[in-house]
Amino acid sequence: MKKTLLLALVLAATATVGAQVSYDRLLRADREPQNWLTYSGSYMSQRHSPLTQITPANVKNLELQWVWQARSLERFQATALVVDGIMYTVQAPNDIVALDAVSGKLFWMYSYRPAATARPCCGRVNRGVAILGDTLFMGTIDAHLVAVDAKGGKPIWDVAIAKPESGYAITHAPLVIKDKVVVGVAGGEFGIRGFLAAYDAKTGKEAWRFYTIPGPGEPGNETWGGDSWKRGGGPIWNTGAYDPELNLTYWGTGNPSPDYNGDLRPGDNLYTSSLVAVDADTGKLKWHYQFTPHDEYDFDSTQVPVLADVQWQGRPRKVLFFANRNGFFYALDRATGEFLSGKPFVKVTWATGFDAKGHPIRPKDKFPTPEGVHIDPGNQGGTNWYNPSYSPRTGLFYIPSWVDYDTVYFKRPVEYVEGQSFGGGIPRTTHPPGIATTTNSYQLPSEGHGAIRAMDALTGQKKWDFEMADVTDAGVLTTASDLLFSGGREGYFFALDAKTGALLWKATVGGVIASGPMTYSVNGRQYVAVNAGSALFSFALRQ
Amino acid sequence: MRRASSVGVVLFSLAVLLGARPAFAQRFHVQSEAEQGEQLYQANCITCHGLEGDEVSGIDFGKGRYKRATSDDDLMRIIRDGIPGTAMPPNKLSEIQRGNIVAYLRSLTAMEPLTSLPGDAARGQALVEGKGNCLSCHRIQANGSRTGPDLTDVGQFRRRVEIEKAILDPSAEIRPENRSYKVVTRDGTTIVGRLMNHDTLMVLLIDDKQQLRAFNKADLRSYGFVMESPMPSYKGKISNDELADMVRYLASLKGIKPQPAQTP
Repeated sequence: MKKTLLLALVLAATATVGAQVSYDRLLRADREPQNWLTYSGSYMSQRHSPLTQITPANVKNLELQWVWQARSLERFQATALVVDGIMYTVQAPNDIVALDAVSGKLFWMYSYRPAATARPCCGRVNRGVAILGDTLFMGTIDAHLVAVDAKGGKPIWDVAIAKPESGYAITHAPLVIKDKVVVGVAGGEFGIRGFLAAYDAKTGKEAWRFYTIPGPGEPGNETWGGDSWKRGGGPIWNTGAYDPELNLTYWGTGNPSPDYNGDLRPGDNLYTSSLVAVDADTGKLKWHYQFTPHDEYDFDSTQVPVLADVQWQGRPRKVLFFANRNGFFYALDRATGEFLSGKPFVKVTWATGFDAKGHPIRPKDKFPTPEGVHIDPGNQGGTNWYNPSYSPRTGLFYIPSWVDYDTVYFKRPVEYVEGQSFGGGIPRTTHPPGIATTTNSYQLPSEGHGAIRAMDALTGQKKWDFEMADVTDAGVLTTASDLLFSGGREGYFFALDAKTGALLWKATVGGVIASGPMTYSVNGRQYVAVNAGSALFSFALRQ
Repeated sequence: MRRASSVGVVLFSLAVLLGARPAFAQRFHVQSEAEQGEQLYQANCITCHGLEGDEVSGIDFGKGRYKRATSDDDLMRIIRDGIPGTAMPPNKLSEIQRGNIVAYLRSLTAMEPLTSLPGDAARGQALVEGKGNCLSCHRIQANGSRTGPDLTDVGQFRRRVEIEKAILDPSAEIRPENRSYKVVTRDGTTIVGRLMNHDTLMVLLIDDKQQLRAFNKADLRSYGFVMESPMPSYKGKISNDELADMVRYLASLKGIKPQPAQTP
């Protein structure tokens, strides 16, 4: 609590609406499409909104309604929540703001000052908050979890859940399940021992902790040579999903440590670069599927798991779709963890396919060496943490993709030193993706570019591409009017026809979009909001 | 003009070039490394070593001739620590930056050696401005066209061997910023020019009449880079002496010298 600081003042009297966000409301988020109650829009994490006021026919009439300028120059990666006309988002690194969702007016700001020992690997970023009742929850880059009053921004509790000086951080939005707040830790570049944990929403008391790396005597520990499990990585830095019927929560885990030199950790290195399905009450592992065994490419599997109930090969099935950084698009049975399919959505050379049980088949010469080895996709993956979307209407799964680039991986000796980078190699991208700099704008499309790639979720076949000149860090939103919203590094925010990929509308927002758009409605008017550069933009139809 | 590194990954052994010496510990160098290394070399090394890499006695990067280094690791260490007692200073460059410089140095020896020497710059200028017809596309200071790369300072950044290769075989290796760009409009009109800018939705180029043109990609039938250079090869069209003269002249072009401020 000492480190917390209430900086901003309440500019208007506290929020006027105090309807509590009960667990039941979170469960039935689809019944109140005007709100955006969790990071990915619902427990299914489809980023698919039932709102239909904005349509392919009228989207050309979208107009900017307001802009909120953040004071941070850090990448603006948060997805906002909207509850009954009030928007909650995070200004990097760890300031929660409450805005009027109609005007963008600031109600209050809660400023958390992270410890100087915080050392997130890849930017002092945050991807959003969670809400339960009248309380907001935020993880911090110095690995605290804080609870803040949603009405006035006053801190309620603050717990330290891991040591920032060892490399632990929290960058993703927590997920509230029942009366608990579930959150994981980042730090895969520092040799942490990753975990997912649940905290009592009222008190902050830890209810359970699931280590992504099993300790001695636990199943899976045998997949780590020696005592390498102690610093084996397996971070969690993107928000998971939840199936209330199965009472399982699903999270993607990050790379093993050290990233590029597996000699120090012989074995498959469970449960890194995996999907883990955990009992939401106890934290006990129900099943796992490892996407990249013995990962030496930094292929974090921290993408968003997307749940869908579909007709799979003729019968209804609860599936989990996952577009992985490693270049494969997966379908798993989310009750059992059974591997259903894995299809490359970009060029993949680290594996040639799968055996009957879903283990990837690996060429022996596709592991890092001191001399360097080419691997597709490149180090940033075929996709990364950028939010995908699944539309049950089109049956398409939309992936923000990095296409046609690769990386040469060099293995280097490395020793573990607490709190210091523990990489064990250097990834060099053969053609620097991105046209953000002038020199790179002359690269050929075959030297790397971005795309919104629409895959038939049931077959894993590509349906269409919306090609971009630059690569993209922007998430995707779809709506029940078959619109798709996304953006990119070039400063455009755009709407596509979700069925065909045709460009229907665009706006210049003047900065890189490095988060997922979201949509909400207030007083019957639908808005679409997105961060670009260091500002948050909200659009609605011209009146 | 051409890029210094060869296209793709360059893997080669200096042992071949240096005969009896043992094979050196070299690794893969990737193209982007050499490109970034070239910029770092020009910012940090060129003052003493020169553009051609042969201005320090006993060292000639273009020929793979070093005094104290054999392996990549030697070069990495020398760039970092310098050589005490000599003019070679230590540098505060990152490991990746030093690796990029090494990749660039290694790429230099992968090129064919210069064939035309020494040449006469005055005769070369006459050829460039006359018989060679170079200024119909290129520009040198205030003269010539903007449709091709500006050569005003080509000698400051391009080694003689690169200039020579560009004259003889223009399409062999085109630097990315010099790739031509072609658009075909819906009505079938083809426009080829120099790319000024592009993004997901639009293209901006200078056409062959030196007009700035902007296009929405959605309005085009096709668009993209042209991998062939529009420049004709001069192989067989000029003599070896003439080639040497042109190279000598172009290598002498170091940009526009700043003019002293005029006092009233």
